[in-house]
Amino acid sequence: MATVIIPTPLRKFTGNSSRIQVSASKVSGVLDELAAHYPELKKHLRNADGVVPSFINIFVGDDDIRVLEQEHTSVSENTIISIVPAIAGGINHLTA
Amino acid sequence: MNLEEIQLSREELIRYNRHIIIPEFGLDAQKKLKAAKVLVIGAGGLGSPLLLYLAAAGVGTIGIVDFDVVEDSNLQRQVLFGVDEIGQPKAEAAKQRLKSLNPYIQIEVHNIQLNAGNALPLVQKYDVIADGTDNFPTRYLVNDACVLLGKPNVYASILQFEGQVSVFNYRDSTGELGPNYRDMYATAPPPGLVPNCAEGGVLGVLPGIIGSLQALEVIKVITGIGEILNGRLFNFDALSFQSRLFNIRRSPDNPLNGVAPTIHALIDYEQFCGVKVLETPIKEITASELHDWQRRGEDFQLIDVREPNEYSAQNINALLMPLGTVTDNVDKIDRNRKVVVHCKAGSRSSKAVRELEASFGFDNLYSLKGGIDAYVQVVGTELS
Repeated sequence: MATVIIPTPLRKFTGNSSRIQVSASKVSGVLDELAAHYPELKKHLRNADGVVPSFINIFVGDDDIRVLEQEHTSVSENTIISIVPAIAGGINHLTA
Repeated sequence: MNLEEIQLSREELIRYNRHIIIPEFGLDAQKKLKAAKVLVIGAGGLGSPLLLYLAAAGVGTIGIVDFDVVEDSNLQRQVLFGVDEIGQPKAEAAKQRLKSLNPYIQIEVHNIQLNAGNALPLVQKYDVIADGTDNFPTRYLVNDACVLLGKPNVYASILQFEGQVSVFNYRDSTGELGPNYRDMYATAPPPGLVPNCAEGGVLGVLPGIIGSLQALEVIKVITGIGEILNGRLFNFDALSFQSRLFNIRRSPDNPLNGVAPTIHALIDYEQFCGVKVLETPIKEITASELHDWQRRGEDFQLIDVREPNEYSAQNINALLMPLGTVTDNVDKIDRNRKVVVHCKAGSRSSKAVRELEASFGFDNLYSLKGGIDAYVQVVGTELS
């Protein structure tokens, strides 16, 4: 089973699970599997057109699927798949 | 850069001894730090350790961009400041702290909100930019300004328990240019999808860790030592203590410097990030009008949304309700008579009124224009 690492901002949609085992053999199947188990997560992984939004990066191992074979990228038994969303924190803006 | 022309005084040689004796660092790297000009954008959670370490390390000129004032709720993570600085502009307070740490460096204060109109001339004056802001429009603004002007952008970002660090737009020794923020994230998430720290929170020690890593990369970019975090994204999860390093590459679709660039100047970043909202007008009252109300015995409630220490320093007998606690104390706000909300200068009270109107349906609120500062100016002599 491949392992998906869920980033902290999205863990509220996975019952706080940070690592999820998946059995799919391609990234597209991994995303489908996640969406089936965690319906709330779905809108964060695919936009209205059904593709991964550009503010979410999916890495298979160390590499972005955009430079691999996009959602057709294969995953195997020991693959680590990381979901890395854009975050913008730094200073607290609710001041002045 | 001719390192022969850069001299370190005897005091500086003593101060930086622990750098200079590292064989891979040495006197030359210390001179490069002295000659360098670094612009730090945001003197907040990330900016605190970043500024402290850059100043301590002897970066010769440090520019600080921030338009906020220090608040009590900042002190949970913004270790640059103390209780005495509450209410002061952050950039100015940071300068005083850094000058006491290192008198051998120059600090430039830019007490402004960075925008498309002022970013380019400011960024142009510096060698390295360190971005520690808290919102997507400024992230893209800083990125684009750096790419348009050919400046390296040392990036760090945090949220809750997670941090990211990378070095963007870095030209290596072979002349090859690395990726930038738009290669990593072509667009910002729609507003509301990913919270910022003010909404989502952040563990105070996390910016300490990530801001220190950012300082490390700034020093490496300046001195050229080690492997720069160029073309790689460092990701840290404080909860699992897992750190990962991902490869990022330049995208041919990058609108700034891909195969067919479409952006040649700074744009409207709030519009780009979908956060442009027309702020609804709110009712305001001037200090003179408020004073008139008081003199003729008008029936109204007065609320102060500043912090307790500001209130202790000076108040006008208002009900204290710090901005961060307003929504938890809605039941204490009168709905059946006029309510005047005030802060130091009018910004926090406007936010409070807007929030109370939007989320709780108030229609009897007035924000004191110019805050207690304006009030004191108008009626100062009559204040008890």
